Amino acid sequence: MALKVDHVSYLYEEGMPLSRKALDDICLDIPQDQFIGVIGHTGSGKSTLMQHLNGLLTPTEGHIYYMGRDISAKDFDRKMLRSKVGLVFQYPEHQLFETDVFADVCFGPKNLGLPKEEIEGRAGEALEKVGIPREMYSMSPFELSGGQKRRVAIAGVLAMQPEILILDEPTAGLDPRGREEILDQIRQLRRQTHITVLLVSHSMEDVAEYVDRIIVMNQGRIMYDDVPKAVFAHYRELEQVGLAAPQVTYIMNALKESGLEVDTQATTIQEAACSLRKVFSAVGR
Amino acid sequence: MLRDITLGQYYQTDSVIHRLDPRVKLGGTLLYMISLFLFENIWGHLLAALFLAAVIRISRVPFRFMVRGMKTILFLILITVTFNLFLTPGEALVTVWKLTITREGVRMAVFMVIRLTLLIIGSSVMTLTTTPNNLTDGLEKMLGPLKLLKVPVHEVAMMMSIALRFIPILLEETDKIMKAQMARGADFDTGNLIQRAKALVPLLVPLFISAFRRANDLAMAMEARCYRGGEGRTKMKPLIYRRCDYIAYLVILAYLVCKVLAGVLL
Repeated sequence: MALKVDHVSYLYEEGMPLSRKALDDICLDIPQDQFIGVIGHTGSGKSTLMQHLNGLLTPTEGHIYYMGRDISAKDFDRKMLRSKVGLVFQYPEHQLFETDVFADVCFGPKNLGLPKEEIEGRAGEALEKVGIPREMYSMSPFELSGGQKRRVAIAGVLAMQPEILILDEPTAGLDPRGREEILDQIRQLRRQTHITVLLVSHSMEDVAEYVDRIIVMNQGRIMYDDVPKAVFAHYRELEQVGLAAPQVTYIMNALKESGLEVDTQATTIQEAACSLRKVFSAVGR
Repeated sequence: MLRDITLGQYYQTDSVIHRLDPRVKLGGTLLYMISLFLFENIWGHLLAALFLAAVIRISRVPFRFMVRGMKTILFLILITVTFNLFLTPGEALVTVWKLTITREGVRMAVFMVIRLTLLIIGSSVMTLTTTPNNLTDGLEKMLGPLKLLKVPVHEVAMMMSIALRFIPILLEETDKIMKAQMARGADFDTGNLIQRAKALVPLLVPLFISAFRRANDLAMAMEARCYRGGEGRTKMKPLIYRRCDYIAYLVILAYLVCKVLAGVLL
């Protein structure tokens, strides 16, 4: 296991009258080379949990282990951890500060104390991965469009070459096209490098098709942690906590209720179409 | 770390003090501050301390919150004490090398500490029990007569309320940007003075940009609601004195009389 979360709880405003449990007894295993979707409502604790994974927050109770070593231990190198577990915050474009795009992406690797050639090599590679053309390297980050800014910010974390990449709502506030572009690039990145990606979102549609595993969070606890099909089977429970399964799940379930023997486990449009074709050809005969 | 700043931090609860008209609280605080500097005797200060303790008790704000604001001015108090101790002429008490502590110096230093402490806690009571919006409303109304002298009272009050409103927002934003840069390996806690100052650039640049962005958004939102300055603008909840406000004025007056009597007679 690359990361192991062991009975972690976290209290906001510890010792204050208004303190509340943001995380409640979380246990998780995050292996290498997996695409994980983390779903939950605003305030479900998903962002808080993500900030624990690279040591930005320290658990009130419990432990987190990276490669078997406790990350809250005194002698643990948290800077190293942050380069291995890359965290892209919500609206990451708000953290851009350098005079040009290339220099901003260099910030991460520079903090790791790498030699200059290595820094520039990594920055170029990262910008290429997120599809920023070379002629934009010398532009000010503030001249770019919203989607481009966000991709530059993601490149800033990628340039540290993390083994685990956490993206907190990477599509928030983007138009459908910008959203597709970002999700496409994440998928491609997975295909090329086989790093573990945790994609945090509140929209099932974002993650349903591509992830290997879905973690559903509700009120600081893990509600489900399973493959997408198994999670979507609980679509009624998901609705009760204000989340929704993909549209396809609803249609297939409605069809089944009206007497058609379709596969309710279908999560993508292709699978659904395939299942429907089978049913109709059986009826036709 | 950044959360220690109590300036403009309203403490949400329900008490008589919270419900008072902001003008009463502003005026009361001002009179209280003046009363602290009126006479110099220990009985007067004891009276002032008791009065403040009673107000805090009625306000139902935990005492902890009052003291939190003190941390920031501890340094100021220390300097005042040092200067008063050593630089007041009078009857020598102790002499170390060229520095002399006088009896008058000790007296002055003690009174200065008491005064400053009561002053800060007294004004904390006001900010903790009054929402920033209420406070500026009160200020605007109280300074209203200055409009005749072409002082832009409304504009100043509006700027103040916006500034106060932005403090918690910017604190939160700072926290967020700091974390985001730390996730990229930034280090804010180690290194010498120059390294630390340099490390602040990745924090300050995004913070400024975000402040401008928010200010721009706010200006847009205000214009969208036809804000054009104070002229002809009415309030949804105009400030009107009620019975408890008059009683509060009487209480403050009674305190002042006692304080003056204590100063003159004792």
